[in-house]
Amino acid sequence: MIAGAFAIEVDDLWFSYDGNLVLRGVNLRIEHGDFLAILGPNGSGKTTFLKLLLGILTPSRGTIRIYGKEPGKIADRIGYVPQDTSVNKGFPISVLDVTLMGRLGQPGRSRRYSTADRSVAQSSLERVGMWEYRDRPIGKLSGGQRQRVYIARALTAQPDILFMDEPTASTDKEFQTELYDFLKELNESMTVVVVSHDLSVLSSYIKSVACLSQTLYHHDAAEITSEMIEKAYHCPVELIAHGLPHRVLRKHEDH
Amino acid sequence: MIEVLQFEFMQNALLAGLLAGIACGLIGTLVVVNRIVFISGGIAHAAYGGVGMAFFFGFSPLLGAAGFSLMISFLMALVTIRNKQRADTIIGVLWAVGMALGIILIDLTSGYNVDLMSYLFGSILTVPTSDLLLMGAVDLAVIGLVSFFYNDFLALSFDEEFSLAVGVPVKGLYFLLLAMMALSVVMVIRVVGLILVIALLTIPPYIAERYCGSLRSMMVFSVVLNCLFTLTGLGISYAYNLTSGATIILVAAVCFFLVLLGDRLRRGRSRA
Repeated sequence: MIAGAFAIEVDDLWFSYDGNLVLRGVNLRIEHGDFLAILGPNGSGKTTFLKLLLGILTPSRGTIRIYGKEPGKIADRIGYVPQDTSVNKGFPISVLDVTLMGRLGQPGRSRRYSTADRSVAQSSLERVGMWEYRDRPIGKLSGGQRQRVYIARALTAQPDILFMDEPTASTDKEFQTELYDFLKELNESMTVVVVSHDLSVLSSYIKSVACLSQTLYHHDAAEITSEMIEKAYHCPVELIAHGLPHRVLRKHEDH
Repeated sequence: MIEVLQFEFMQNALLAGLLAGIACGLIGTLVVVNRIVFISGGIAHAAYGGVGMAFFFGFSPLLGAAGFSLMISFLMALVTIRNKQRADTIIGVLWAVGMALGIILIDLTSGYNVDLMSYLFGSILTVPTSDLLLMGAVDLAVIGLVSFFYNDFLALSFDEEFSLAVGVPVKGLYFLLLAMMALSVVMVIRVVGLILVIALLTIPPYIAERYCGSLRSMMVFSVVLNCLFTLTGLGISYAYNLTSGATIILVAAVCFFLVLLGDRLRRGRSRA
C-alpha cells in the first residue's frame, strides 16, 4: 500500500458515450478502509462510473487514481463482483474454474494456474462456504450461491479494495443480511464499495454514501440527506440511515 | 469400401477432413460460446474475395484466401470489438463485398474458368499433399495458441467485464481469435466449401455444450464429432456418388436434430 494515497481519488471526471454526456465533473476521495455506497437511479451513470473505476472504460476528461495508480495498472489489487445478470449462466464452467479467474490479474503470473493459485482459490471458496460445490457447473447454482462464488473469485485476487455491483439483486432477504455481515468482516481488511439503485443496501455497516446523477453528491458520513436523494432521484424516497428507517413522506412533486 | 483407401486422393481427403476437424472443433467452441457465429460466416464468405485475387494476380488460391481472410478478420475485429452482437450490418456488408469482389476478379481473369462450385461446396477429393502440410501447420498454431491462452480465453468468454477488470488482454485476444478463425475457415473451405463452413464450426460445439462441463472437454468433444461427421459423410458420399461437402453437412445436421429430439423426449419423460 502506498502511504498517503487515497483508496479512490477522482478529480473532475467527465465521460460521454456516443455524444451523450454520462458523467460531469465528478470528484471523490475515499480513504483506505472506508465502506462506501454509491447510489443512483437506473440510467444515472453509476454502472459507467464503476466501469471507469475498474479501468474497463477510460475517462473523457479528468483523472482517476486507485491507491495512487491508474485503474488499469492496479488490476492485481482490485476485487470486482459483477451483477449476476451480466454473466452467461449456461456456460460450461465449474465453480472452481470461475474462482481461479481471480488470479488472472496477478503480476508475473504464468499462463497456467500454479498450486499457489489453487490454494488461494480454495481458501476463498471455503471462506464463502462454497468449497464443497467446487465441481458444480456455475449455472446449476442459486442466485445467492452464485453471488458467493463471485465474491470468492474477487477475494482470490487478494484485493485491497472490493467493488460490488448491485449486491442485493437476484438474492433473497436472508442472504442479504448474511452478505452484509460478511462484507463488514471483509471491510476490516479492505475498502468496500457497493453500487446500487436500491436504497435498501444502506445498512449500519456503511461508512459513507454518495448519490450519483450525472454528477456525484458525496457525504462523508453514513447519512443520506434528503437533498442528496432529491438531486439524484428527482423525487423523495424512503430513506434508511444508520440502519434506522426514516420514512420521508412528502408529496410527489413534478420532476 | 476399404479398397478405396488405397487411392492417394482418398487418403488425402481423410487427412484433410481430420485436420480441418481439429481446428474447427477448437475455434468453433470459442465461436459458439462467444456468440460470434455471424462473424465466422462473414469471414468465410468474404474469403472468396481472396480466392478471386489469387487467380487474378496468379498466386496460390489457398494463400490468397488466407491472406484476404486475415485482413477481413482484422477489419471485423475492429468494428465489432465494442459490441460483438451489434455491428451486424457491417459484417453483412463485408460478407457480400468479399464475395462480389471475388466473382468480379475471376470474371476479369482472362482465359481461366474457375470452378466456383468447388469453393462454394468444397473439393475434399482433390486436396493436394502441399495443402495438407499447410493445414497441419495451421492446426499446430491453433492448438498451441489456444492451449497457451486457454485460461484467458476461458475468462473472456465467460465474463468479459471481469476479465477486463483483472487486466486480461481482452482486445488482443479477440483479434487473435478472429485471426485463428479466419485461418480455420480457409482450411474448411477445402473440405465443405465456404457456404457450409458455419455448419462445421457450430454444430459440433452446439451438441458438445449439452454434455460437457468445461470448455476444454467441449473442445475435445467437438473435434471428435467433427472427425466423425467428416468420415461418415465422406463414406456415404463415396458409396452413393454424392457431393462430399454437402453430405458431410447433412450427416452433422441429422445428428444435430437427433440430439434436439432426444432432449425433447427426455424432458417430456421427466415431466410425466
